Amino acid sequence: MSIHRRTRPAASVYAEKAIEVVIHLCGYSAILFIIAIFGFIGREGIGFLSTHIVGMFTQTSWNPTHDPADFGILALLAGTFWCVGLSLLISVPIGLGSAVYLSEFAPERTREILKIVVELLAAIPSVVWGFIGVMIVNPMLQALGAQVGLNGLNGAIVLALMTLPLLVSLGEDALRAVPDSYRQAATAMGATRWEMVWRVLMPAARRGLLVAVLLGVGRAVGETMAVLMATGNSVRIPTSVYDPVRTLTATIAAELGEAVRGGEHYQALFGLGVILFIITFFVNLIAEWTLRGNRST
Amino acid sequence: MDTHPEAPLQPNAVPAPSSGSAADGVNPADAHLGTRRRTESVASLVLLTATLMAALPALGILGLLIIRGAPALSFEFLFTMPLQGMTAGGILPAIVGTLWLVGVSLLFAVPVGVLAGVYLSEYAGESRLSRIVDLAIVNLAGVPSIVHALFGLGAFVLFFRFGTSILAGGLTLGVMTLPVIITSTKAALQSVPQSFRLASWNLGITRWQTIRHVVLPNALPGILTGIILQVSRAAGETAPVLFTGAAFYLPVLPDSVFSQSMALSMHVFALVTQVPGLPDSMKYGTALVLVGTVVLFNSFAIALRFYLRRHRKW
Repeated sequence: MSIHRRTRPAASVYAEKAIEVVIHLCGYSAILFIIAIFGFIGREGIGFLSTHIVGMFTQTSWNPTHDPADFGILALLAGTFWCVGLSLLISVPIGLGSAVYLSEFAPERTREILKIVVELLAAIPSVVWGFIGVMIVNPMLQALGAQVGLNGLNGAIVLALMTLPLLVSLGEDALRAVPDSYRQAATAMGATRWEMVWRVLMPAARRGLLVAVLLGVGRAVGETMAVLMATGNSVRIPTSVYDPVRTLTATIAAELGEAVRGGEHYQALFGLGVILFIITFFVNLIAEWTLRGNRST
Repeated sequence: MDTHPEAPLQPNAVPAPSSGSAADGVNPADAHLGTRRRTESVASLVLLTATLMAALPALGILGLLIIRGAPALSFEFLFTMPLQGMTAGGILPAIVGTLWLVGVSLLFAVPVGVLAGVYLSEYAGESRLSRIVDLAIVNLAGVPSIVHALFGLGAFVLFFRFGTSILAGGLTLGVMTLPVIITSTKAALQSVPQSFRLASWNLGITRWQTIRHVVLPNALPGILTGIILQVSRAAGETAPVLFTGAAFYLPVLPDSVFSQSMALSMHVFALVTQVPGLPDSMKYGTALVLVGTVVLFNSFAIALRFYLRRHRKW
């Protein structure tokens, strides 16, 4: 008595092996691309950074086409963090406030509808936010007394509106991840709903809320088209919210088209790309670590 | 599903301290009952206001775009060439160019992204390598769009010598959308119950055949939702195609992936910042077409997700 065993044709066995190899290669593609991105921008930018690093971080004037050229990025860094900081002042209270409302206060139906609205807000492209900055926020700020409507505050308002959906949805996820037993315990103690949110849920969800804010910062730092159009593009260290500023991202977008390929200016812009890459890389890394710490506790 | 406490909290039902003596063990905090109630109602009002401040701009902006942009829309506007340095005529090449760019990005990102999702969900398990892949995906998703533009210029335009072309621009967009397609595919595949796989393996069906005929078909709607959302993101992105594929003003239709083309997002940018004295209706009209496309795709994805939640077989 022999067990009849049907063997599969060799071709199909090999085809299956081949597809599994392809699947593995695609699986590693994210690693490949993150290295490739750093490699390609580093190839042009790191040489420049290594020779100009001191000047870049000690000077405020950015005049790459002058002779001799100035490559100080302090004003650009200031512009970036000025806009991002101002935008957080607007977006964090509103974003986390609505996250709390959606998660703990809103009736189920209202919640569903508002979540769809927030999702649509997230879908509006960056260039349209820039359009809104120029066409809508700009005249509004001028009516409020700003000499130039395209300024740091305009950029911050637009950035805040752009990062809100991220803060709302991640913040809500963080609050919903708190076990219901916490809510029941707080309610049993006679806490009002607000007391429960403030004293129990917010502390319990603090890591998740921090991650939401960090990812918002990462997004805002890297945002390009909206700030390019809304901030007024003037390289300076801002002293008033109505001062026009220029960010790192906007500098690359505005000047790359004119820079001679392979020239010093071109390499300087890739150098800015390297700096941006490093900033957002670390912000995301810290967010990821915070999240992992959250899982283990 | 509902995580809310069943009834509204009932501190109001606690008798006021005056009605019981301290000996009854009444919580001294209740002496502040009035304040607490007021705090509660102020807090919920403030939170509601915050929510409205997050949601109303979206509706206001959509409304304004429609009111000011709709009058500019016409058959001619959508289907004719721009004239006189974009100050007149239509936006056809921008629409066609966006279709080409998004198409190329999908041809690259969908196969690679879906297979990478298959790897993470079905092959990788919990290894050090899969943790590194996860970390790479998170960081790739966080790379600023202008850095993608620098990468696209350095890699596709110059290194691979594709030139400023639809191919280079589309690939740049593809790399940008890749991490999200991977993540959503992985999530869709993982939501397919393990018992489906076990049943299939027990019939002697190989791992790949199980994936191909059992897991993938069941995860398909979820995968599609993720892809559709990325279509709308790719259509709206400007920075990555700024130096890799899109042209400011090029009133001809592209004839191959090696030609340059206009793009809708780029056209909005150009009309607002580069062309002085343009009637507002043209700017609003173009922005409306872009936002309309994006919102349409997103609504489709949202509808698909709702349908999915209701008709899930397991």
